Amino acid sequence: MSSAATVSLNVEFSGGLELLFSNQRSHKLSVPALVLKTYGDTSGSSETKPADITFLIHYLRDNLLKERVELFMEGATVRPGILVLVNDTDWELEGEGEYVLKEGDEIVFISTLHGG
Amino acid sequence: MPPRTCGLCATNRAMLKRPKTGQQICRDCFFYVFETEVHNTITQSNLFKPGDRVAIGASGGKDSTVLAYVMKTLNERYQYGLDLFLLSIDEGITGYRDDSLETVKRNQQQYSMPLKILSYDELYGWTMDAIVSQVGKKNNCTFCGVFRRQALDRGAAMLGVDHIVTGHNADDIAETVLMNIMRGDIARLGRCTSICTQGEDTIKRSKPFKYAYEKEIVMYAYFKKLDYFSTECIYSPDAYRGHARVFLKDLEAARPSAIIDIIHSGEAFEIREDVKATQKVQQTCKRCGYMSSNDLCKACTLLEGLERGMANSGITDRARKKLDAESPAPENLRTIPFYQPPSSGEAAIAVETAASS
Repeated sequence: MSSAATVSLNVEFSGGLELLFSNQRSHKLSVPALVLKTYGDTSGSSETKPADITFLIHYLRDNLLKERVELFMEGATVRPGILVLVNDTDWELEGEGEYVLKEGDEIVFISTLHGG
Repeated sequence: MPPRTCGLCATNRAMLKRPKTGQQICRDCFFYVFETEVHNTITQSNLFKPGDRVAIGASGGKDSTVLAYVMKTLNERYQYGLDLFLLSIDEGITGYRDDSLETVKRNQQQYSMPLKILSYDELYGWTMDAIVSQVGKKNNCTFCGVFRRQALDRGAAMLGVDHIVTGHNADDIAETVLMNIMRGDIARLGRCTSICTQGEDTIKRSKPFKYAYEKEIVMYAYFKKLDYFSTECIYSPDAYRGHARVFLKDLEAARPSAIIDIIHSGEAFEIREDVKATQKVQQTCKRCGYMSSNDLCKACTLLEGLERGMANSGITDRARKKLDAESPAPENLRTIPFYQPPSSGEAAIAVETAASS
Protein backbone atom coordinates (compact mmCIF):
# COMPACT_ATOMS: atom_id res chain seq x y z
CA MET A 1 0.00 0.00 0.00
CA SER A 2 1.46 3.35 -0.96
CA SER A 3 1.34 6.19 1.51
CA ALA A 4 -0.68 8.27 -0.96
CA ALA A 5 -3.60 5.80 -0.84
CA THR A 6 -6.83 7.07 0.64
CA VAL A 7 -9.93 5.58 2.24
CA SER A 8 -13.36 6.97 1.31
CA LEU A 9 -15.86 7.19 4.12
CA ASN A 10 -19.40 8.25 4.73
CA VAL A 11 -19.59 10.15 8.02
CA GLU A 12 -22.93 11.04 9.63
CA PHE A 13 -23.78 13.26 12.55
CA SER A 14 -27.09 13.21 14.37
CA GLY A 15 -28.82 13.79 17.68
CA GLY A 16 -27.87 17.47 17.49
CA LEU A 17 -24.16 16.96 16.65
CA GLU A 18 -24.82 18.02 13.06
CA LEU A 19 -25.23 21.55 14.40
CA LEU A 20 -21.48 21.64 15.05
CA PHE A 21 -20.75 20.50 11.48
CA SER A 22 -22.35 23.15 9.27
CA ASN A 23 -25.78 21.73 10.12
CA GLN A 24 -25.10 18.96 7.63
CA ARG A 25 -25.80 15.38 8.63
CA SER A 26 -23.97 13.46 5.96
CA HIS A 27 -20.40 14.06 4.83
CA LYS A 28 -18.50 12.07 2.21
CA LEU A 29 -14.77 12.30 2.66
CA SER A 30 -11.47 10.68 1.85
CA VAL A 31 -8.75 10.36 4.43
CA PRO A 32 -5.18 9.09 4.01
CA ALA A 33 -4.87 5.34 4.56
CA LEU A 34 -1.65 5.80 6.51
CA VAL A 35 -1.28 8.58 9.01
CA LEU A 36 1.24 9.79 11.53
CA LYS A 37 0.90 7.95 14.83
CA THR A 38 1.19 11.26 16.54
CA TYR A 39 -1.38 13.08 14.41
CA GLY A 40 -2.54 16.13 16.26
CA ASP A 41 0.51 16.59 18.48
CA THR A 42 3.76 18.29 17.63
CA SER A 43 6.31 15.73 18.75
CA GLY A 44 7.69 15.53 15.21
CA SER A 45 7.83 11.73 15.14
CA SER A 46 7.41 10.26 11.67
CA GLU A 47 6.07 6.83 12.65
CA THR A 48 2.88 5.94 10.80
CA LYS A 49 -0.17 3.79 11.47
CA PRO A 50 -3.22 2.80 9.39
CA ALA A 51 -5.94 5.44 9.76
CA ASP A 52 -8.24 4.51 12.65
CA ILE A 53 -11.23 6.13 14.33
CA THR A 54 -9.04 8.02 16.81
CA PHE A 55 -7.38 9.62 13.78
CA LEU A 56 -10.77 10.28 12.18
CA ILE A 57 -12.03 12.09 15.29
CA HIS A 58 -9.02 14.42 15.21
CA TYR A 59 -9.33 14.83 11.46
CA LEU A 60 -13.00 15.81 11.79
CA ARG A 61 -12.09 18.29 14.49
CA ASP A 62 -9.43 19.88 12.30
CA ASN A 63 -11.28 19.83 9.00
CA LEU A 64 -15.05 19.81 9.44
CA LEU A 65 -15.91 21.02 12.92
CA LYS A 66 -17.18 24.58 12.86
CA GLU A 67 -17.68 25.42 16.50
CA ARG A 68 -17.42 24.42 20.14
CA VAL A 69 -14.87 21.61 20.07
CA GLU A 70 -15.65 20.85 23.74
CA LEU A 71 -19.07 19.52 22.68
CA PHE A 72 -17.41 16.99 20.36
CA MET A 73 -14.17 15.95 22.02
CA GLU A 74 -12.79 15.39 25.48
CA GLY A 75 -9.14 14.39 25.71
CA ALA A 76 -8.19 12.29 22.70
CA THR A 77 -11.65 10.86 22.04
CA VAL A 78 -15.31 11.86 21.66
CA ARG A 79 -17.03 13.46 24.60
CA PRO A 80 -18.79 10.93 26.88
CA GLY A 81 -22.43 10.67 25.78
CA ILE A 82 -21.62 10.54 22.07
CA LEU A 83 -22.36 7.16 20.51
CA VAL A 84 -20.25 5.95 17.60
CA LEU A 85 -21.41 3.32 15.12
CA VAL A 86 -19.27 1.56 12.53
CA ASN A 87 -21.46 0.27 9.71
CA ASP A 88 -24.38 0.26 12.17
CA THR A 89 -22.47 -1.60 14.87
CA ASP A 90 -21.66 -0.10 18.26
CA TRP A 91 -17.97 0.89 18.13
CA GLU A 92 -17.52 -0.71 21.56
CA LEU A 93 -17.67 -4.03 19.69
CA GLU A 94 -15.17 -2.86 17.07
CA GLY A 95 -12.24 -1.78 19.22
CA GLU A 96 -13.44 1.83 19.63
CA GLY A 97 -10.72 4.28 18.56
CA GLU A 98 -8.43 1.51 17.38
CA TYR A 99 -10.81 0.34 14.67
CA VAL A 100 -8.95 0.63 11.35
CA LEU A 101 -10.97 2.43 8.70
CA LYS A 102 -11.87 0.52 5.56
CA GLU A 103 -12.94 1.69 2.12
CA GLY A 104 -16.64 2.54 2.07
CA ASP A 105 -17.14 2.47 5.86
CA GLU A 106 -20.06 4.38 7.30
CA ILE A 107 -19.22 6.02 10.62
CA VAL A 108 -22.11 7.57 12.57
CA PHE A 109 -21.77 9.91 15.54
CA ILE A 110 -24.91 10.44 17.63
CA SER A 111 -25.17 12.79 20.57
CA THR A 112 -27.34 11.52 23.40
CA LEU A 113 -27.02 14.74 25.31
CA HIS A 114 -29.86 16.73 23.82
CA GLY A 115 -32.97 16.84 25.90
CA GLY A 116 -36.57 16.74 24.90
CA MET B 1 -11.40 -8.41 14.92
CA PRO B 2 -13.64 -11.31 13.90
CA PRO B 3 -17.37 -10.59 14.04
CA ARG B 4 -18.88 -11.61 17.35
CA THR B 5 -22.14 -13.48 17.55
CA CYS B 6 -25.05 -12.41 19.70
CA GLY B 7 -24.82 -13.55 23.32
CA LEU B 8 -28.55 -14.31 23.36
CA CYS B 9 -29.51 -16.02 20.10
CA ALA B 10 -25.96 -17.19 19.28
CA THR B 11 -26.88 -16.84 15.60
CA ASN B 12 -26.77 -13.25 14.40
CA ARG B 13 -23.90 -10.83 14.49
CA ALA B 14 -23.71 -8.71 17.67
CA MET B 15 -24.27 -5.02 16.99
CA LEU B 16 -24.52 -3.48 20.41
CA LYS B 17 -22.85 -3.75 23.77
CA ARG B 18 -25.42 -3.27 26.52
CA PRO B 19 -24.21 -0.71 29.05
CA LYS B 20 -26.16 -2.31 31.89
CA THR B 21 -24.78 -5.81 31.51
CA GLY B 22 -21.89 -5.66 29.06
CA GLN B 23 -23.70 -8.27 26.98
CA GLN B 24 -23.05 -8.21 23.21
CA ILE B 25 -26.27 -8.70 21.29
CA CYS B 26 -27.80 -8.47 17.82
CA ARG B 27 -30.38 -5.98 16.66
CA ASP B 28 -33.44 -8.23 16.97
CA CYS B 29 -32.49 -9.51 20.43
CA PHE B 30 -31.86 -5.91 21.46
CA PHE B 31 -35.40 -4.88 20.43
CA TYR B 32 -36.77 -7.85 22.31
CA VAL B 33 -34.87 -7.33 25.57
CA PHE B 34 -35.38 -3.56 25.58
CA GLU B 35 -39.14 -3.87 25.09
CA THR B 36 -39.41 -6.78 27.53
CA GLU B 37 -37.57 -4.91 30.26
CA VAL B 38 -39.95 -1.96 29.90
CA HIS B 39 -42.86 -4.41 30.00
CA ASN B 40 -41.45 -5.99 33.18
CA THR B 41 -41.03 -2.55 34.76
CA ILE B 42 -44.68 -1.81 33.94
CA THR B 43 -46.09 -5.09 35.22
CA GLN B 44 -43.92 -5.34 38.34
CA SER B 45 -45.05 -1.88 39.43
CA ASN B 46 -48.68 -2.48 38.39
CA LEU B 47 -48.65 0.84 36.54
CA PHE B 48 -51.83 0.30 34.53
CA LYS B 49 -55.12 -1.51 34.57
CA PRO B 50 -57.29 -2.38 31.56
CA GLY B 51 -59.39 0.52 30.35
CA ASP B 52 -56.98 3.19 31.66
CA ARG B 53 -56.71 6.33 29.59
CA VAL B 54 -53.02 7.21 29.44
CA ALA B 55 -51.40 10.36 28.07
CA ILE B 56 -47.81 10.20 26.86
CA GLY B 57 -46.05 13.48 27.59
CA ALA B 58 -44.60 14.07 24.11
CA SER B 59 -41.96 16.66 23.29
CA GLY B 60 -40.78 15.31 19.94
CA GLY B 61 -37.41 14.45 21.55
CA LYS B 62 -35.81 11.00 21.59
CA ASP B 63 -37.16 9.77 24.93
CA SER B 64 -40.82 10.58 24.42
CA THR B 65 -40.75 9.48 20.77
CA VAL B 66 -39.35 6.08 21.74
CA LEU B 67 -41.77 5.92 24.69
CA ALA B 68 -44.78 6.50 22.41
CA TYR B 69 -43.57 3.79 20.03
CA VAL B 70 -42.83 1.28 22.80
CA MET B 71 -46.10 1.99 24.65
CA LYS B 72 -48.05 1.38 21.46
CA THR B 73 -46.10 -1.82 20.75
CA LEU B 74 -46.52 -3.22 24.28
CA ASN B 75 -50.19 -2.21 24.51
CA GLU B 76 -50.84 -4.27 21.39
CA ARG B 77 -48.48 -7.14 22.17
CA TYR B 78 -49.59 -7.72 25.77
CA GLN B 79 -53.15 -6.40 25.48
CA TYR B 80 -52.89 -3.84 28.25
CA GLY B 81 -56.23 -2.46 27.08
CA LEU B 82 -55.05 1.15 27.32
CA ASP B 83 -56.36 4.17 25.45
CA LEU B 84 -53.22 6.08 24.53
CA PHE B 85 -52.99 9.80 23.83
CA LEU B 86 -50.16 12.18 23.00
CA LEU B 87 -50.04 15.31 25.13
CA SER B 88 -47.67 18.12 24.18
CA ILE B 89 -46.99 21.42 25.84
CA ASP B 90 -46.15 24.34 23.60
CA GLU B 91 -44.00 26.66 25.68
CA GLY B 92 -43.90 29.20 22.86
CA ILE B 93 -40.19 29.10 22.02
CA THR B 94 -39.71 30.12 18.42
CA GLY B 95 -37.17 28.03 16.54
CA TYR B 96 -37.26 25.27 19.13
CA ARG B 97 -40.64 24.07 20.31
CA ASP B 98 -42.46 24.98 17.10
CA ASP B 99 -40.08 22.66 15.20
CA SER B 100 -40.27 19.86 17.74
CA LEU B 101 -44.08 20.00 17.70
CA GLU B 102 -43.95 19.28 13.97
CA THR B 103 -42.26 16.00 14.95
CA VAL B 104 -45.05 15.23 17.42
CA LYS B 105 -47.63 15.90 14.71
CA ARG B 106 -45.87 13.39 12.48
CA ASN B 107 -45.81 10.89 15.39
CA GLN B 108 -49.56 11.38 15.73
CA GLN B 109 -49.94 10.17 12.14
CA GLN B 110 -47.31 7.43 12.37
CA TYR B 111 -48.70 5.93 15.58
CA SER B 112 -52.34 6.95 14.96
CA MET B 113 -52.80 8.36 18.44
CA PRO B 114 -54.95 11.37 19.30
CA LEU B 115 -52.87 14.46 20.09
CA LYS B 116 -53.60 17.41 22.37
CA ILE B 117 -51.32 20.43 22.33
CA LEU B 118 -51.75 22.94 25.16
CA SER B 119 -49.84 26.20 24.97
CA TYR B 120 -48.52 28.48 27.69
CA ASP B 121 -50.03 31.28 25.67
CA GLU B 122 -53.59 29.97 25.95
CA LEU B 123 -53.21 28.87 29.57
CA TYR B 124 -51.16 31.71 31.04
CA GLY B 125 -51.32 34.42 28.37
CA TRP B 126 -47.51 34.35 28.13
CA THR B 127 -45.18 32.51 25.76
CA MET B 128 -41.66 31.69 26.94
CA ASP B 129 -40.40 34.12 24.29
CA ALA B 130 -42.42 36.89 25.99
CA ILE B 131 -41.31 35.77 29.47
CA VAL B 132 -37.64 35.78 28.48
CA SER B 133 -38.01 39.25 26.97
CA GLN B 134 -39.19 40.39 30.40
CA VAL B 135 -37.10 38.35 32.84
CA GLY B 136 -33.99 37.65 30.76
CA LYS B 137 -32.28 34.29 30.43
CA LYS B 138 -31.19 33.84 34.02
CA ASN B 139 -34.31 32.60 35.79
CA ASN B 140 -36.49 31.63 32.88
CA CYS B 141 -36.11 27.87 33.53
CA THR B 142 -37.96 28.40 36.84
CA PHE B 143 -40.97 29.77 34.96
CA CYS B 144 -40.81 27.08 32.32
CA GLY B 145 -40.57 24.23 34.83
CA VAL B 146 -43.42 25.43 37.05
CA PHE B 147 -45.64 26.25 34.08
CA ARG B 148 -44.96 22.97 32.31
CA ARG B 149 -45.79 20.84 35.33
CA GLN B 150 -49.16 22.50 35.77
CA ALA B 151 -49.85 22.59 32.02
CA LEU B 152 -49.31 18.82 31.76
CA ASP B 153 -51.82 18.20 34.56
CA ARG B 154 -54.33 20.57 33.00
CA GLY B 155 -53.85 19.08 29.54
CA ALA B 156 -54.35 15.63 31.05
CA ALA B 157 -57.54 16.81 32.79
CA MET B 158 -58.84 18.14 29.46
CA LEU B 159 -58.17 14.76 27.86
CA GLY B 160 -59.90 13.01 30.77
CA VAL B 161 -56.94 10.69 31.29
CA ASP B 162 -56.12 8.76 34.45
CA HIS B 163 -52.41 8.76 34.03
CA ILE B 164 -49.49 10.60 32.43
CA VAL B 165 -46.36 8.71 31.41
CA THR B 166 -43.16 10.60 30.72
CA GLY B 167 -39.92 9.62 28.96
CA HIS B 168 -37.61 10.15 31.96
CA ASN B 169 -34.87 7.56 31.61
CA ALA B 170 -32.34 5.96 33.96
CA ASP B 171 -29.75 8.64 33.22
CA ASP B 172 -32.25 11.41 34.10
CA ILE B 173 -33.13 9.74 37.39
CA ALA B 174 -29.50 9.13 38.34
CA GLU B 175 -28.81 12.81 37.60
CA THR B 176 -31.67 13.84 39.85
CA VAL B 177 -30.40 11.61 42.66
CA LEU B 178 -26.99 13.28 42.39
CA MET B 179 -28.50 16.76 42.28
CA ASN B 180 -30.64 16.14 45.34
CA ILE B 181 -27.59 14.91 47.24
CA MET B 182 -25.54 17.90 46.15
CA ARG B 183 -28.31 20.30 47.17
CA GLY B 184 -28.99 18.51 50.43
CA ASP B 185 -32.61 18.09 49.40
CA ILE B 186 -33.16 14.89 51.34
CA ALA B 187 -36.95 14.97 51.19
CA ARG B 188 -36.82 15.02 47.39
CA LEU B 189 -34.05 12.42 47.39
CA GLY B 190 -36.53 10.10 49.06
CA ARG B 191 -39.13 10.66 46.38
CA CYS B 192 -37.15 11.09 43.17
CA THR B 193 -36.60 7.41 42.46
CA SER B 194 -40.28 6.46 42.69
CA ILE B 195 -41.53 5.10 39.43
CA CYS B 196 -44.97 6.53 40.07
CA THR B 197 -46.10 9.64 41.92
CA GLN B 198 -49.58 10.61 42.84
CA GLY B 199 -50.78 13.37 45.13
CA GLU B 200 -54.36 13.58 46.33
CA ASP B 201 -55.49 15.96 43.63
CA THR B 202 -53.00 15.25 40.96
CA ILE B 203 -53.07 12.92 38.06
CA LYS B 204 -50.91 9.84 38.45
CA ARG B 205 -47.53 10.19 36.75
CA SER B 206 -45.07 7.48 35.97
CA LYS B 207 -41.80 6.73 34.25
CA PRO B 208 -41.79 3.42 32.38
CA PHE B 209 -38.19 4.12 31.23
CA LYS B 210 -36.94 4.42 34.79
CA TYR B 211 -34.43 1.61 34.19
CA ALA B 212 -33.78 2.27 30.49
CA TYR B 213 -30.35 3.67 29.66
CA GLU B 214 -30.18 6.71 27.44
CA LYS B 215 -27.69 4.90 25.21
CA GLU B 216 -30.20 2.12 24.57
CA ILE B 217 -33.04 4.57 23.92
CA VAL B 218 -30.94 6.36 21.32
CA MET B 219 -29.80 3.07 19.75
CA TYR B 220 -33.41 1.89 19.67
CA ALA B 221 -34.49 5.07 17.89
CA TYR B 222 -31.57 4.74 15.49
CA PHE B 223 -32.16 1.08 14.60
CA LYS B 224 -35.94 1.60 14.27
CA LYS B 225 -35.34 4.82 12.31
CA LEU B 226 -37.78 6.69 14.53
CA ASP B 227 -38.41 10.30 13.71
CA TYR B 228 -37.27 12.53 16.57
CA PHE B 229 -36.12 16.08 17.09
CA SER B 230 -32.85 16.98 18.76
CA THR B 231 -31.97 20.57 19.43
CA GLU B 232 -30.98 22.17 22.66
CA CYS B 233 -33.44 24.69 24.06
CA ILE B 234 -32.36 28.11 22.81
CA TYR B 235 -32.71 29.65 26.27
CA SER B 236 -30.18 29.02 28.98
CA PRO B 237 -30.09 25.36 29.89
CA ASP B 238 -30.35 24.23 33.49
CA ALA B 239 -26.68 24.76 34.33
CA TYR B 240 -26.69 22.75 37.55
CA ARG B 241 -28.22 19.72 35.87
CA GLY B 242 -25.68 20.16 33.08
CA HIS B 243 -22.81 19.67 35.53
CA ALA B 244 -24.49 16.61 37.07
CA ARG B 245 -24.99 15.23 33.58
CA VAL B 246 -21.37 15.64 32.48
CA PHE B 247 -20.20 14.10 35.75
CA LEU B 248 -22.56 11.15 35.28
CA LYS B 249 -21.43 10.59 31.67
CA ASP B 250 -17.81 10.57 32.84
CA LEU B 251 -18.69 7.98 35.48
CA GLU B 252 -20.55 5.90 32.91
CA ALA B 253 -17.55 5.98 30.57
CA ALA B 254 -15.40 4.56 33.37
CA ARG B 255 -17.99 2.06 34.59
CA PRO B 256 -21.26 1.66 32.68
CA SER B 257 -23.20 0.23 35.61
CA ALA B 258 -22.74 3.55 37.49
CA ILE B 259 -26.14 4.80 36.34
CA ILE B 260 -28.14 1.88 37.62
CA ASP B 261 -25.95 1.79 40.76
CA ILE B 262 -26.78 5.42 41.57
CA ILE B 263 -30.50 4.75 41.12
CA HIS B 264 -30.13 1.78 43.43
CA SER B 265 -28.39 3.98 46.02
CA GLY B 266 -31.24 6.50 45.75
CA GLU B 267 -33.82 3.77 46.26
CA ALA B 268 -31.95 2.28 49.20
CA PHE B 269 -31.73 5.50 51.21
CA GLU B 270 -33.99 5.29 54.19
CA ILE B 271 -35.33 8.77 54.86
CA ARG B 272 -36.19 9.60 58.48
CA GLU B 273 -39.87 10.32 59.02
CA ASP B 274 -39.27 13.83 60.38
CA VAL B 275 -37.23 14.66 57.26
CA LYS B 276 -39.98 13.37 54.99
CA ALA B 277 -42.45 15.50 56.92
CA THR B 278 -40.71 18.72 55.87
CA GLN B 279 -42.85 18.58 52.77
CA LYS B 280 -45.68 21.03 53.41
CA VAL B 281 -49.28 19.93 53.60
CA GLN B 282 -50.95 20.22 50.23
CA GLN B 283 -53.97 22.47 49.77
CA THR B 284 -55.55 24.02 46.74
CA CYS B 285 -54.58 27.39 45.33
CA LYS B 286 -57.10 30.07 46.33
CA ARG B 287 -56.88 31.65 42.91
CA CYS B 288 -56.80 28.80 40.40
CA GLY B 289 -57.70 25.64 42.32
CA TYR B 290 -54.49 23.80 41.46
CA MET B 291 -52.73 21.92 44.26
CA SER B 292 -50.38 24.08 46.25
CA SER B 293 -48.49 24.17 49.52
CA ASN B 294 -49.32 27.87 50.03
CA ASP B 295 -52.40 30.07 49.57
CA LEU B 296 -51.27 30.75 46.04
CA CYS B 297 -49.68 28.12 43.85
CA LYS B 298 -46.28 28.74 42.34
CA ALA B 299 -47.68 29.33 38.85
CA CYS B 300 -50.16 31.98 40.09
CA THR B 301 -47.36 33.70 42.03
CA LEU B 302 -45.09 33.72 38.99
CA LEU B 303 -47.90 34.89 36.72
CA GLU B 304 -48.84 37.73 39.06
CA GLY B 305 -45.21 38.87 39.11
CA LEU B 306 -45.12 38.86 35.31
CA GLU B 307 -48.41 40.70 34.99
CA ARG B 308 -47.35 43.36 37.46
CA GLY B 309 -43.92 43.77 35.90
CA MET B 310 -42.20 42.36 39.00
CA ALA B 311 -41.22 38.99 37.68
CA ASN B 312 -38.72 38.17 40.42
CA SER B 313 -41.47 38.11 43.04
CA GLY B 314 -42.17 34.45 42.38
CA ILE B 315 -38.55 33.45 42.63
CA THR B 316 -37.36 34.83 45.96
CA ASP B 317 -39.23 35.12 49.24
CA ARG B 318 -37.97 38.65 49.74
CA ALA B 319 -39.34 39.89 46.43
CA ARG B 320 -42.62 38.12 47.19
CA LYS B 321 -42.96 39.95 50.51
CA LYS B 322 -42.23 43.22 48.76
CA LEU B 323 -44.97 42.52 46.24
CA ASP B 324 -47.47 41.68 48.98
CA ALA B 325 -46.52 44.80 50.92
CA GLU B 326 -46.97 47.12 47.98
CA SER B 327 -50.59 46.36 47.24
CA PRO B 328 -53.01 43.48 46.85
CA ALA B 329 -53.39 41.94 43.44
CA PRO B 330 -55.46 44.21 41.18
CA GLU B 331 -59.00 43.09 40.40
CA ASN B 332 -58.44 42.78 36.68
CA LEU B 333 -55.28 40.68 37.01
CA ARG B 334 -54.98 37.96 34.42
CA THR B 335 -55.36 34.57 36.14
CA ILE B 336 -55.16 30.92 35.18
CA PRO B 337 -58.54 29.28 34.47
CA PHE B 338 -59.90 27.40 37.51
CA TYR B 339 -58.57 23.85 37.66
CA GLN B 340 -61.06 21.01 37.52
CA PRO B 341 -59.44 17.79 38.64
CA PRO B 342 -60.39 14.97 36.31
CA SER B 343 -63.50 13.04 37.20
CA SER B 344 -62.26 10.20 34.97
CA GLY B 345 -64.03 8.78 32.00
CA GLU B 346 -64.70 11.09 29.14
CA ALA B 347 -62.51 13.81 27.73
CA ALA B 348 -63.63 17.31 28.56
CA ILE B 349 -62.67 18.46 25.11
CA ALA B 350 -62.66 17.12 21.61
CA VAL B 351 -59.22 15.88 20.65
CA GLU B 352 -57.72 15.89 17.24
CA THR B 353 -57.41 12.35 15.99
CA ALA B 354 -55.14 11.06 13.31
CA ALA B 355 -58.15 10.27 11.14
CA SER B 356 -59.62 13.75 11.30
CA SER B 357 -56.53 15.72 10.44
